[in-house]
Amino acid sequence: MPENKKTSTISPSGPPPAALNKADSGSDVSRRSFFSWLSIGWLAFVAATGGFFTMMLRFFFPNILFEPIQTFRAGYPDDYTVGEVDLRWKVKHGVWMVRNDEGIYALSTTCTHLGCTPNWQPTAKKFKCPCHGSGFRITGIHFEGPAPRPLERFKITLADDGQIIVDKNQKYQQEKGQWSDPEAFLKV
Amino acid sequence: MSEKKSLFEKLASGQIWTSIFRGGGVPRSRRQRMMVVLNSVFLHLHPVRLPKHAVKLKFTWCMGGLSFFIFLILTISGILLMFYYRPTIEYAYTDMMDLTEQVPFGIMREIHRWGAHAMVITVWLHMFRVFMTGSYKPPREFNWAIGVILLVLTLLLSFTGYLLPWDQLAIWAIAVGSNMAGATPFLGAEGPGSALLAIGDINFITKVSDARFGLIGGRFLGEATLLRFYVLHCIGLPFIIMIFMAVHFWRIRKDGGISTPV
Repeated sequence: MPENKKTSTISPSGPPPAALNKADSGSDVSRRSFFSWLSIGWLAFVAATGGFFTMMLRFFFPNILFEPIQTFRAGYPDDYTVGEVDLRWKVKHGVWMVRNDEGIYALSTTCTHLGCTPNWQPTAKKFKCPCHGSGFRITGIHFEGPAPRPLERFKITLADDGQIIVDKNQKYQQEKGQWSDPEAFLKV
Repeated sequence: MSEKKSLFEKLASGQIWTSIFRGGGVPRSRRQRMMVVLNSVFLHLHPVRLPKHAVKLKFTWCMGGLSFFIFLILTISGILLMFYYRPTIEYAYTDMMDLTEQVPFGIMREIHRWGAHAMVITVWLHMFRVFMTGSYKPPREFNWAIGVILLVLTLLLSFTGYLLPWDQLAIWAIAVGSNMAGATPFLGAEGPGSALLAIGDINFITKVSDARFGLIGGRFLGEATLLRFYVLHCIGLPFIIMIFMAVHFWRIRKDGGISTPV
């Protein structure tokens, strides 16, 4: 039986007395200081662990984003027809350019319900979202479906050379009364 | 008394066999059979003995076991898919199409996809069975809580895997899902209470520091999102779910084995 081999090495009397004495005389750590060192040790461990988890969390928020630039030149005001929704920047920049009798505004193509892209339906004269059926007028005002607020407009200005510049970093929301901001609408 | 040993018995008492399988020998007694299970790192999570009436299909539906079986299928087929799939915007969709149409036994992708659907269903049915048989009651209430975590992890694995084909369905599903993350109370830039986490004029929860950003790795869905979901899907979430599964199976044994009909 293989079990018999194990028994011989273990001595029932424990370590020899000399070794015990040596361990006792060699340590000058009192019970009290042992506990204070223990708490310092635990605090250091908790701090290090907490620090690492903080690092881990921060790690997921990079300082530099490799995302497309959020401003673009959108040509000259005369490139846009009065009364029409212009689709030329829809795919590339996510912007509809709309010109009316007074000027031009840049509408965001992001549905205010859950972020899909609605389609412009020229005959029905509305933006219709394919995801959940939200509908918006040509102005961007919502009138049907689950969308809780109008489409957003982007900052639209003229450059020195007469070209339109759309800045998507700055958005204007109708429900906050921001559409009356001079940079939310380009008078032509 | 030398009886003639069979080839199996000779192997089972040899050094190779006994060094691999602790205890060794052919299990003859009840105790030895029990030790076979207890001594194996893979089997020891499982109860050594099961009451006959508790393994009736009518009682368990075998949904927990099936969930684990499907998880194994998903792990193997998923590792195989990783040999061809590249998680970049340029290649993700075409690699997926290549897997479906050109790679030999491209049905592996179908197996992975349908398996994912099936696992969600079996996990739900398992939960339903455990609830209907009252198996969540003490002393198994902790294991029920572990099970809820496993359900959430299963759904997160489904969610992260959903984006990887990088088709219209995937992108818009994740657009919707990640916008929901943006509406998280306190931690989402669009969510209620996010303005409270601020010191003076400095707001800590903005479009570049909220839950949505942490999930998709940017202000918009893009390259960073695809990579983030890929790593979570292939390494992060499977790693976490395997730890919880080990605890889940082990607790079944420790909580007195599988529950029995009253």
